Amino acid sequence: MATTTVTTYLCIGCPLGCRLEVEHDGPDIVEVRGFGCKIGKRFAEQEHTAPTRMVTTTVRVKGGVWARLPVKTEEPVPKDKVLELTDLLHTIEVSAPVKMGTVILENALGTGVNVIATRDVEARPA
Amino acid sequence: MTTATMPVLKHEAYDVVIVGGGPAGLAAALGAREGGAERILVVDREPEAGGILWQCIHAGFGLHHFKEELTGPEYATRFLRMVEEAGIEIATNSYVLDIAPDRTVTIMSGEGGLREVPAKAVVLAMGARERTRGAIRTAGTRPAGVFTAGLAQKFTNMLGYLPGKRVVILGSGDIGLIMARRLTLEGAEVLGVFEIMPYANGLNRNIVQCLHDFDIPLHLSTTVAEIHGRERVEAVTVAPVDENLRPILDKGWRIECDTLLLAIGLIPENELSQRLNLRLDPVTGGPVVNSAMETSVDGIFACGNVVHIHDLVDFVTQEALLAGRCAGEFARGQRRPKDNIKLVPGRNVRYTVPHSISSEREHTIYMRVREPMERCVLRLGEVYQKRLRYVVPGEMVTLKVKPEFLENFHGDSLLVEVVERGDA
Repeated sequence: MATTTVTTYLCIGCPLGCRLEVEHDGPDIVEVRGFGCKIGKRFAEQEHTAPTRMVTTTVRVKGGVWARLPVKTEEPVPKDKVLELTDLLHTIEVSAPVKMGTVILENALGTGVNVIATRDVEARPA
Repeated sequence: MTTATMPVLKHEAYDVVIVGGGPAGLAAALGAREGGAERILVVDREPEAGGILWQCIHAGFGLHHFKEELTGPEYATRFLRMVEEAGIEIATNSYVLDIAPDRTVTIMSGEGGLREVPAKAVVLAMGARERTRGAIRTAGTRPAGVFTAGLAQKFTNMLGYLPGKRVVILGSGDIGLIMARRLTLEGAEVLGVFEIMPYANGLNRNIVQCLHDFDIPLHLSTTVAEIHGRERVEAVTVAPVDENLRPILDKGWRIECDTLLLAIGLIPENELSQRLNLRLDPVTGGPVVNSAMETSVDGIFACGNVVHIHDLVDFVTQEALLAGRCAGEFARGQRRPKDNIKLVPGRNVRYTVPHSISSEREHTIYMRVREPMERCVLRLGEVYQKRLRYVVPGEMVTLKVKPEFLENFHGDSLLVEVVERGDA
């Protein structure tokens, strides 16, 4: 008989912060417990099987009124790619002016998600 | 976005002058336009309006107002574009020195010099500043490397300076948590977040996504007792606190680090309000306002963090649209009937905004609780009650009050309280 393991998660649905327990047999979920509502159950399943995160960070800007351009992933990306993605973004430098919405990195790490600028940065007056 | 200075004002006098071009000021300007004001001026001391939103590069803004999740810069850009499209004038790099009770606003700027601008109505939207080490009297030396979290955020996200390599964060509000993740992504090592209260102040979402994701420990009921280092921070001593929130030093331990971030709360920026002798609420630190967001001086309105500290910019926007609308109406000579009911904070309610309401209109009341509570009831005197699953101090409670709640009420004040169910 296979033994199951229990992994716990803190629910992010609301300030109650239910302690969610996912009982699983390898990758297969046997039971989700501890949720107070549907949001919690869904969150536990998602977080256990395929957690994703929106990534926001900055890239360098040459000649801009600010030294950094804020960027974001257009969609959430797999959680285990976050650090690799930010490390990659920190090697990128763009030149001012930059417009909000400009694609800074296409198909980031093969996720199919683009990274875009979240503001305009004008060129610094000479 | 525009960073050009606007030293020369277009008009000699204005219908509405708004002090501060952050989220509150920008929404107030749009509200003033809706309220019928024509000549509207927003004064901001920074090179670009938008306020703190520019440095809040994370997502989570706009879920209420725009029904989609935006980053801070995107939220600011949307509002700036709407303000520009409405033909509203913004004077950047400009500082309001004084507001006279007759609503003459004294503005100073490098290029425009000193100007006295008469306004029919004024909206205070100066926001807040961060509490510093002095506010909590942390013991120890005074080395470099102690930053408020918001300043570190500006360094990191806009100016491109990493504040330090080994970081301790005091305060578990959302700013502290967001900075823990931010500095980790930028390559710093965040050694822990310390919170003097027995509960975290930030959203669970941030606890999970900013701390758990990066294995950053959160220590509750623990504070920074002492700062060490001569030139630069070398270490801090952290210690659990007793029931009076005083550190128990013999249980403390030392953490080698080069940076301490303080995320210990915000103070409404009310120097101008004090000069105007506005009635202030000692609990919020901001002006007392009626249901039109008008202060104790006729024609002076206020909104946003200058009134009370908000946790969501969306609520700032809502409040500021109302303040602006009422200021615009005031400038056109329209007066709303005076409020006839005072709101009195009762059990587990620290304060309410506004401080009074009228039985003839619909209102949104914002309030903050003292203690977390589950399965509770929000009571408005004897006239209305609403069940709440939970309340926490970090999350503002809102209540829509409809005129029909007050149809059979003839008193002049209402007690607002949050109590456990069955606890009448």
